[in-house]
Amino acid sequence: MRITCPHCGERDRREFTYQGDALALNRPAPDAGEGAWDDYLHNRENPAGDTRDLWYHDPCGAWIAVDRNTVTHAITGSTLVTKLTS
Amino acid sequence: MRIADKGHIDRSRPVTFCFDGQSYQGFAGDTLASALLANGVNLIGRSFKYHRPRGVLTAGSEEPNALVTVGDDPNLRATTLEIYNGLDARSQNAWPSLKRDVMAVNDLISPFLGAGFYYKTFMWPKAFWETVYEPIIRRAAGLGALTGKANADDYEKAFAFCDVLVIGAGPAGLMAALTAAQAGADVILADENPTTGGRLLSEDEVIDGQPASDWAAEVTAKLTAMKNVRIMTRTTVTGAYDQGTYGALERVGQHMPPRADTPRECFWRIAAKHSILCAGALERPIAFPNNDRPGIMMASAVRSYLNRYGVAPGQSVAVFGNNDDAHRTARDLEAAGVNVTAVIDTRSNVDYDGNARSYSAGRIVATTGRHALESITIEHAGGTRTIRTDCLAMSGGWNPTVHLTCHMNGRPQWSENISSFVPTPDAVPGMVVAGACNGSFTTTACLTEGASVASALLGAEPAQVPDGDDTPYDITPFWAVEGKGRKWLDFQNDVHVKDIKLAAQENFRSVEHMKRYTTQGMATDQGKSSNVAALAILADATGRGIPETGTTTFRPPYVPVSIAAMGAGAQGHGFAPKRLTTSHAASVARNAPMIEAGLWYRPSYFPQPNEATWLDSCNREVAMVRNAVGVCDVTTLGKIDVQGPDAAAFLDFAYANTFSTLKVGKVRYGLMLREDGHVMDDGTTARLSETQFVMTTTTAAAGNVMKHLEFVRQALRPDLDVQVISVTEQWAQFAVAGPKSRDLLNTLLETPIDNETLPYMGCAEAVIGGIAGRIFRISFSGEHAYEVAVPARYGASLFNILNAQAEAMGGGPYGMEALNVLRIEKGFITHAEIHGRTTAFDIGMDRMIIRKKDCIGQTAAARPGLIDESREQLVGLMSVDPAEKLSGGGHIFEDGAEAISANDQGYVTSVCWSPSLNGHIGLGFLTGGRARHGEVVKMVDHVRGVTTRCTVCDPVMFDSEGGRLRG
Repeated sequence: MRITCPHCGERDRREFTYQGDALALNRPAPDAGEGAWDDYLHNRENPAGDTRDLWYHDPCGAWIAVDRNTVTHAITGSTLVTKLTS
Repeated sequence: MRIADKGHIDRSRPVTFCFDGQSYQGFAGDTLASALLANGVNLIGRSFKYHRPRGVLTAGSEEPNALVTVGDDPNLRATTLEIYNGLDARSQNAWPSLKRDVMAVNDLISPFLGAGFYYKTFMWPKAFWETVYEPIIRRAAGLGALTGKANADDYEKAFAFCDVLVIGAGPAGLMAALTAAQAGADVILADENPTTGGRLLSEDEVIDGQPASDWAAEVTAKLTAMKNVRIMTRTTVTGAYDQGTYGALERVGQHMPPRADTPRECFWRIAAKHSILCAGALERPIAFPNNDRPGIMMASAVRSYLNRYGVAPGQSVAVFGNNDDAHRTARDLEAAGVNVTAVIDTRSNVDYDGNARSYSAGRIVATTGRHALESITIEHAGGTRTIRTDCLAMSGGWNPTVHLTCHMNGRPQWSENISSFVPTPDAVPGMVVAGACNGSFTTTACLTEGASVASALLGAEPAQVPDGDDTPYDITPFWAVEGKGRKWLDFQNDVHVKDIKLAAQENFRSVEHMKRYTTQGMATDQGKSSNVAALAILADATGRGIPETGTTTFRPPYVPVSIAAMGAGAQGHGFAPKRLTTSHAASVARNAPMIEAGLWYRPSYFPQPNEATWLDSCNREVAMVRNAVGVCDVTTLGKIDVQGPDAAAFLDFAYANTFSTLKVGKVRYGLMLREDGHVMDDGTTARLSETQFVMTTTTAAAGNVMKHLEFVRQALRPDLDVQVISVTEQWAQFAVAGPKSRDLLNTLLETPIDNETLPYMGCAEAVIGGIAGRIFRISFSGEHAYEVAVPARYGASLFNILNAQAEAMGGGPYGMEALNVLRIEKGFITHAEIHGRTTAFDIGMDRMIIRKKDCIGQTAAARPGLIDESREQLVGLMSVDPAEKLSGGGHIFEDGAEAISANDQGYVTSVCWSPSLNGHIGLGFLTGGRARHGEVVKMVDHVRGVTTRCTVCDPVMFDSEGGRLRG
């Protein structure tokens, strides 16, 4: 498996650490309530198809949101999380 | 028997080798199979289940029968194993010898050993399966054996990248590679043979007016000269994976005597933008009674031995087939002067055009010969006839080698034209198929398709296609002869026609069920030569068509791959990288046993000549720190430099407690939570300036904390102007701990320190032994202590200087064992305590979470379940009887309660012998533990069989006032 790091280009999967769904980017406010925090911390979809998840590129330290398909294993995009959050 | 002037072997280079202790001679270019056949050796192995004598069936990697052991490597195929001087091969699955094999008795009781017999016979008593039946069956059945020793041979792994991977270097592959290469693409051409050419090496035919093998050599020479082409011979592409990744096994050194500088095999991962599969086709046998005798082999293999190796596999050869291609074998043999006794064609009214007698509508109904074929009995239009022959060439038609196209769930399609399966287009993204692998069986079709497919793929001009053989392929499907006797399908797993019918009869009608019930196709050859025939017979037995019956799933690897090749380099110390501190050599020189701490190696203790055990050394080192001074390398703790105008705000968010209030020149203990409210890590962070902090993490969590901080910075707080970077390896850092620590440091510091200039939890830049460094007054031992840091290149030197000074003051270096005792005595936690399921509340630090600000983990940590008084809380434990030990992992029960899980009240995380307290102590978690100090509880370790009564106490068991820290 190869993932494109927006800084470093296409790299082997061994250079990355998997984190989980990109939902982790949408941190609720402290007073958002139990439901919002429960969803943020624990509840995840398990899609057969397109998904976006977070990977850490260990050599350069970039956090990347990777778009991929869980059925075809195709990787269709990778974006620095800083582009999504700032 | 060798035929003069035939074959591509090098007769000027004789090779001497051994088989089962007997010495033979062959030539360079021979395989073990061809060389043995040339020496008249037909019997090569015993079958898996019935121990039937078996010979060579094929001339390629699909070989099911002729498996041998060389050195420690079992199950090597004699048909691909190249001979070399000194090769010592042994037969398998026979005892005491290949010719007199005791277990051949299995063959006599074979009526009782049909498909499913294990399941039916060994049902009762149940307990006998593991202890009696399975060991006996395993000993009786089997292929080559492993030695049980570690594999001492070298293996290698490697990566390659290309635009176009061409798999197979036969006529289609050569043309595809040439077309792609001429278009400027980076090409890898892989073939499992030692030379390119594929089937052209085995056939007596002409391309562009020259022998086909010469044409192949010419094209290969042209490709070799091109800089954008890499030809990988002896390399089998074993699997197709996502994103155009292919696994390939290169036999680097298997064809030569072992050499120190040459690995046996190399496992390649090849990333290719496109691939062109030109894997050819495999000939399939026909099932007839006793079709497994040594001397009965594939017609194409007979041609390979004749044309490629110059060997006649028998004195007189009969040919049995259902297609025109079979006749070619008889013609080639006759042209080479070999006696052909009969050409038997299952089709009606098809005559052989050579000298041998032709039998149309013929069937072979019986064979004789124990260790070698002696006769065959033919039933044909004109009657029944038995003829003497020592070799039979059979051809049931050709199956395209579709395997790689199925590795990503593709299913092949049935083609009536060739009575076999062909690949489904686009079954593997980026892969196209050409030649015989695609069901195009003439040489001309292969040449043309190879060029056209590559040309279409790259939008380039096809290479010029030469003139080749264009004889059409005509086949009438024929799978099995009716009648008595065992008709073998899967030679390697001893599955015959009746087994398949039995499976169908017992309602294992799905092809996947049939496979598992009969073990058809489950041996090391994965049924390459037998699967299609087996499912044709299943289709017939269940009254369905072949397309409807379907195929089993082909999975990687296409040929067996040694685990040693896949895991190459990862044995022993290769398993993980080694991280060594700057004091490593000095520690080793002091005979310290080094233990792993993550990837790091740290000294366990520093033995003195008079010390008998590690505990003696540990006790001395603890006393040394408590009474004088000790030196310990703490470089392995993670060090993260945090800089920027918002550095303090960033730390306030990442840590549970506050850092913005920390004054420059001060250090603070920090507790880091996960977002779910549990403790992630802890450590001290020093403020070097308004905008610069240096954070320490535990050794184990350094990488994770760094990753986490980057996540906080990039994903959660991009509004903050802050940068973080790991400086763990840039600084060598040493703890100097004990009452004499300041005296020691003042011998090295340019500006001496005292309690005013550097109070407890202070930090400063300092010149240490003439080197600019840092000094932190922090303690993990409970003693008056410092950590000094210098750029890593001065680490080794500083360690030696510190030790020399310490030793002059009655101190010296201490290792991990003493460090652990010192911190347990003081109730300092490590990842034994913050193991991922404990909260700040559990370790008594919940008041550190500052509620006024938002920080990671704050919201979740406030959940009622995480601050419940009945949770298991950190406590200290001391054994009531100082002679009784505590046990890490032991569970805690009320004194007098039965030690069962219903009564479980907690567990022990860290234990040691405390020389300072003169007793066995520990840390653990106990239900409501903070309110239970003074209570006597019972610790039970069921695993080690230890029961110890102990007193619950505050986790800080030594110097609870902390007076020694501030001294």
